[in-house]
Parts: sequence; C-alpha cells; structure tokens
Amino acid sequence: MTGGSELPIASNADVVLVRQQVRSAALEVGLSLVDQTKVVTAASELARNALVYGGGGMARVEIVENGPRKGLKLVFSDEGPGIADVEQALTDGWTTGGGLGLGLSGSRRLVDEFDLVSAPSKGTTVTVTKWAR
Amino acid sequence: MERVPILKLGDILIISIQIDLEDQSVLALQEDLAEAVVAHSARGVIIDITAVEIVDSFIGRMLATIAAMSRMLDAQTVVVGMRPAVAITLVELGLSLGGVRTALNLEKGVALLDHVRGATP
Repeated sequence: MTGGSELPIASNADVVLVRQQVRSAALEVGLSLVDQTKVVTAASELARNALVYGGGGMARVEIVENGPRKGLKLVFSDEGPGIADVEQALTDGWTTGGGLGLGLSGSRRLVDEFDLVSAPSKGTTVTVTKWAR
Repeated sequence: MERVPILKLGDILIISIQIDLEDQSVLALQEDLAEAVVAHSARGVIIDITAVEIVDSFIGRMLATIAAMSRMLDAQTVVVGMRPAVAITLVELGLSLGGVRTALNLEKGVALLDHVRGATP
C-alpha cells in the first residue's frame, strides 16, 4: 500500500492534471486499457463536479491491495454546498448545473465501488475504486 | 489555455485533437468552429479523435453540439478515429452520441462526407 498523492482541484487545468495522474496510477496498478479509460473518465467527471458544484476541492489517488489484487482508489472531496438528495443526484439526466446529468450516475457505472457522502452545507466526498482483473 | 487548430481542405474543415482538452479549450473550439464554417462556407467538418484517450460527458456533449450547430449552418460533421476503449466507456457512461456521424478513420470520413453530399446536392 502506498501513501497516495493529493492533488488540488481549483481550475480546469487541475482537472487535466488529475486525469494524467490517475492515468499513470492506473498503469502502475496494471488495469487493462479499457479499465484505464473507464477510471480516467470517471475521475474526469468527479473532478469536474468538485470544481463546478463544490467550488473546488481535492483529489486523492491511492493504490490499494486486497490479497493478491491491486486496485486504484480515488477520493474526491469538496466543501461546497453539498447534495440535498443523493438518490436524485445519482439519477441519469438529473442536473442543477446545466450539464447532461451523467457525471455522477455515469461514473458509478464505470467503477467497481462507489461511495458518496454528502449533506447540505457540509460538502461532498466521493470515493471510488477500480480493481485490476 | 491551448487552442485546437482548424485546417481547411477544399470545402471541408478538419480538426485533429492532439492535446489533453481542458473545458475552456472545448468551449473555444465550439465557437471557433462555428465561425470557421461560415467564414469558409464549409460543407463538411471532420473531427479526428485518434489521439484522444478519454471522452467524458463534457467532451461528448461538445461533439454533439458541434454536429448540431454545423447542421444548422449547412455543414455535415463526422467524428473519426474513436478508440475502442473510448467507445465502450462512452456507452457505459450513458452517452451514445445519437446525432453524431462517425467513421473509423479520416479517409472513410472524407468518403462519407462525399457520399452524403452526393445524395443531397
């Protein structure tokens, strides 16, 4: 288990840096090309959410192990307004920001484990894990 | 912010995305392209995404927006060179890009535009 790295998400350029960092960690974990693409895409959606809806935040990239299996764990946190109705926010097509409403629901489909903790005025933390096959 | 260059070949505009796109570059490209379609009286737009490693919902929406916008300006859009892993990911994400024509590579994209224009002169 490595310590992982923390990246700020404060601008559009930071979202690109998060993607690049996740891509190199996904390679290190040994994810297949398709799984690399899925997890980088999910990271892009979640980092953008933290920026657009949370007013910026942090991304944590960590390599985890479960017995012989290696995985990539990503944590996106912001201290924004939070999500009042998490169930609704995870519905395809639901958005408050003029997007397509696929960011959260779509990223959940792209990873193996997905956890969202949020409360109004408490910010949002999304934790996702993708395991090597 | 980096800008994506727009190349002109006859009445076709070709855009080959070679950079890691940030959201501002995506929005700039949409605007630059609309202007270029009108300025050059272009009838076709080809967007080459061979070098693009991921298409998330923001970039996916750009492709759909460019296709719709060009259509209104009397030009047809073809997206070429999508990587298989990108296609798989897009479908799982929930974006099927219904209104966007695709071709496997630039050559087939040009042939598709010729065919479309031949059918509706």
